[in-house]
Formats: sequence, C-alpha cells, structure tokens
Amino acid sequence: MTRYEITPLLQPLLKNRLPQFIIQAIALGGFVFAIIAGLVGTPVGNHNFSIVFVWIGWWALLMLIAVPLFGRAWCSVCPIPLAGEWMQHGALLKPGGKGFGLNLRWHNKFRNIWLQNISFALVALFSAVVLTQPNITSIVLIAFLFVAFAASLIFERRAFCRYLCPVGGFIGLYSQVAPIEVRVKDSAVCAAHTEKSCYIGNAEGYGCPWQVYPGGLSKNTYCGTCMECLRTCPHDNVAIQIRPLGDDLLKPHGRKLDEAFKAFIMLGSAMTYSAVMLGSWGQLKAAAYAVGTSAWALYAITFLVFIFGALPASFFIATSFNRKSFINFAYALIPLGLLAWIAFSLSFVFANASYLLPAISDPFGWGWNLFGTVNFKWTPFLTQVTPTLQVAALIIGLAWSSQVAIQIGEQIKARAQGVIAFCFVITLGMLWLLVG
Amino acid sequence: MWIALTQSMGLPISRRTSWQLVLLILAALAILFLPTFVTAAPPTERTYRIEARSFEYAPPTIKVNQGDRLTLELASTDVVHGLYIDGYDLNVVADPGQTAKLTFIANQSGSFRFRCSVTCGALHPFMIGKLEVGTNWLWWQAVGFAVLAVVVVFIRPFGFMKPEGS
Repeated sequence: MTRYEITPLLQPLLKNRLPQFIIQAIALGGFVFAIIAGLVGTPVGNHNFSIVFVWIGWWALLMLIAVPLFGRAWCSVCPIPLAGEWMQHGALLKPGGKGFGLNLRWHNKFRNIWLQNISFALVALFSAVVLTQPNITSIVLIAFLFVAFAASLIFERRAFCRYLCPVGGFIGLYSQVAPIEVRVKDSAVCAAHTEKSCYIGNAEGYGCPWQVYPGGLSKNTYCGTCMECLRTCPHDNVAIQIRPLGDDLLKPHGRKLDEAFKAFIMLGSAMTYSAVMLGSWGQLKAAAYAVGTSAWALYAITFLVFIFGALPASFFIATSFNRKSFINFAYALIPLGLLAWIAFSLSFVFANASYLLPAISDPFGWGWNLFGTVNFKWTPFLTQVTPTLQVAALIIGLAWSSQVAIQIGEQIKARAQGVIAFCFVITLGMLWLLVG
Repeated sequence: MWIALTQSMGLPISRRTSWQLVLLILAALAILFLPTFVTAAPPTERTYRIEARSFEYAPPTIKVNQGDRLTLELASTDVVHGLYIDGYDLNVVADPGQTAKLTFIANQSGSFRFRCSVTCGALHPFMIGKLEVGTNWLWWQAVGFAVLAVVVVFIRPFGFMKPEGS
C-alpha cells in the first residue's frame, strides 16, 4: 500500500532531544500542577484545574485528535514515566550518565497486556468518583507516578508503559488505526547491521525503551513513538510514514487473546460510560458513584461481567465458537470501538469544554482571576449538531469494522456475517444510548 | 445515461455496479428525506412538573408532540439546580423549595438532552434528562444508515473495498 515518508521534514526536530524534552517538561509541570490542584483546591470538580484539564482538556485532545490521527503520539510526551526513566538513564537528555535501577527483565508470563486490561477495568470501576472528585483524581495520578517510578527502579526500560499503564493499553490498541507509523525503510539493512544499536542503544540514543526491535516492527501497538530508534540508527534507516487508515488491522500475524479482550473491554466501557454519564438514569449514576455500597457492588459486578463475560461470550457465539476466529475477528471491533469513544467524548467534551476558561484563571477555585476569564459562564457548545456528529461517527465505525471483518474473514477463510451482526447490534445500542 | 456519465468521468464502473450505486443513492436520499413526508400529531398545550435533586430529574424523560406549547415547572428539592435543553438552547434555574417556569414551543422534533446548568455537586456534569419531541427521526435515520452501511460493505460497489488482486 502507498506510504509517504515525512521523515525529511521532521528529522531535525526529532533527532534533537530538546523539543521533545520541552514538551515533556511542560506536560510534567501540568501533571504536577493538576495533582496539587486536586489536593489543595476546591472539591467542586468543574471548578478545579485537575478535573477540568485532565478529564475534559486532556481527554478531548487524546480521544478526538491524538489517538485517531497520531496513534501513540501522547506516549512520546507523557510525563508519567519520566522521573523513573531519568533515574534509569542517570541523565535528562543524551546517554552518558550513570543510571540507577535493578534492570530486571519483565517476567515472560506477563509479557502481554492482561495487566493493562485489569488496570483499566479497575480505574473504570471507580470512574464516576475519579472523574468528579479532584482529590481522588490526584490520588490516581500520584499512584500512576509511583507505580511507574517503582517499575523503572525494578525492571528494565519502560515496563510501566509497556505492561501496566491503563491508558497505554487502549492507546496501543487504537493506534493501529492511526494514519502514521514509525518503521524501518529497508529490513535488509537491519538484518545486516549486527550491532542492533536501535535495541541496544549507542552514544546518540537509548535502546528502544518499549522493548521492541524496530527492524521487526510491523504494527503500532507497542511502538511508543519515542524516536530513540531514529536517533540511534547509524544508517538513517528509520522512517516516519503516512499510511492508509487502519493499516495494521489487516496484518494477520501477532493477533492475541489479550489484545482481543482489550477490544471488548474498551467497547463495553464506552457503552457503560454512555449509559452512566450521558443517560437519564439517576439511580445508575448514584450506584456508580457510591463506592463501597451494595448498589456500587452490583454495578461493579454487572460492569465486569459485561466487559469480561457477556460481550466476549456473544462474540464467541458470533464467531461460531471458534477460538481462532474469535481472536482474529476481534480486531475488526477496533474501528467501531474507537469511533464509539469519539461519539461518547463529543457529547461529554462539547457540553463541558467551557469549564476550561474559568479553571485556567482560577485553577484552585480560590477566587483568583489570573487571565480575566473566571466569570465565563458555562456554555455548552454545538448542542444542535452533536447528535448528528455522533451518528456519523458510529455509522462510519460500523461500516469500517464490517469492512475489516470481511477482509479478516477472507484471510482466515471464515464467514464474517456473525461479526457484522454483532457490530450492528453494538452500533444500535450506542446510537440508542447517545441519540435515542 | 448513468453509465455514459461514469464512463465519461473515467470511472471503470460496470452496468451492475452502476445500478447498485443508483439504488444506494436513492435509499440514502429516502432515509434522509423520510421525515418530510410524515405529518405530525396536532399541537396542544402541555405542562410538566420536573423535580430536580442531586443528581437526577423526576421524571427523567418528557414526551411531547412537535409543535406543542410546553411549560416546564422546575422544582428543586435540595440545592439550586438548572435545566438547560440541548438543541433548543433554553435555560431555567430553580432555587431550593422554589418552582421556576419555562414556556416554549417544541418546534424541533427529536430527542434532546436536558442537563443541570448550575454546579450542584460531584455528579453535576452528568445530571441529565431527556426531552422527546414527536418522532426521533435522527434515531430512525441512524438505523436506516446503519443498515445501508452494512449493505454497502456486503455488495462492495467501490473498488477500494474489494480485496487486493481481485
């Protein structure tokens, strides 16, 4: 398929560590500020920087722009693993420092995304609280920082990003759809290059922090787009390319059960979030919020059974009780899942985006007015067109997923009708929740 | 004429594909303009009392006919709550123990979310109800387009949808 290399345009910017470092430093500053705001600021979520900038601002950028268009671009500037990585490297920028850490190998048994599936489900269980209470958001962010730091202290490279991060798991899944990739230009050059500096590292850069050998990279899933391989390759054999949307979905090798389940978890979570947060059922919201009560326990069990049991079981029936078909066809759910999240986010973000302006002037809710925007009234944007945009997103998702299902069916010589019927029912469910 | 048109545009479309495309376009137009051909029930005057409490409205859903003159009486039973109607861009605020009124003509059909417009607590951004005016054509159009999307995928009228090498 046609690809357009854009490396020459970006190479000076990406080989130099400073631009990336500056963005990372700003992100880290924002991250720490969000933690502080959550801990010391007002408990009213929509007037606190932590809630407004993390769950409205960052979430909108991530789900509506970064993931669909740039895949794992967020991971390349994410502040969470930085402290641990700097400690591992013993340096902020170029290699050369004396690093610190045990550098243990991650256990083979856990070289998959099951732990990320579980960590996402755990956060999702408490989402009604995490998304609305600033101090809880701060505690979750601190926990991310702490676990990432501990993982860097104990394990080699970016173990947290690769195997534990609840956000990284779904970004990786949906990055397969993105129209951008980092790949080697000529695999023969890599085969002949015995030093493998892209994986081992050299004076110009670190060995792949994501534990991926770039010469064998064929999908975006585990490429953190950190650009280290671009810096370490002595043959300039690494390229950033524009490619057709969803190109990775049709690559038959490397399809696995843990990634298949990620597709169900994400699809089921988009439906659950739409029902809880955008629905008109007060009791459901109250149950999701009342952590520790029997109502919450019932909600939690129902959610877990839905994402880990009911959805996969229905899909298993749709794929004629065949394990190979189940795993392969699950990749057809990725476009629908991504567009379901986009449809959900459109409503959530447009309705609440106007909280950003007061929050930037008064991040702690202490009555400040730093930029003169604190009195900007809550104004929902685009409420006339949001439902139409949501319908368009879901129909595109359905058509795209159905098309991928047919193509996967041709690859594995299996019928895709059941999968398309499954996608159709899920689409109707999402449509009913969002515009019904 | 259609085939001549497509050939003149340099599109290698067969007679069968051409007919499929024509039928698909007609189906899409039918779905799009379906609401134009349906007459709504006669309008009337309606009043609904909505009780707002953290973080729900009771009743959560209001159903009226298109063209109805609708009066919403918003009564708050705990803290100050608002009611903003998406699409209509109307807002009303009720103090605790007070009732506030909002009267308007429900001239747009469809399903519209209404949401609390005054910060009222943790779940405030998710305090949402639903106003259903007449037939929710967007929903039916969405169902129609969903069916059409699946049909298009099955018959594959466009070259890029066909497997490579075919």
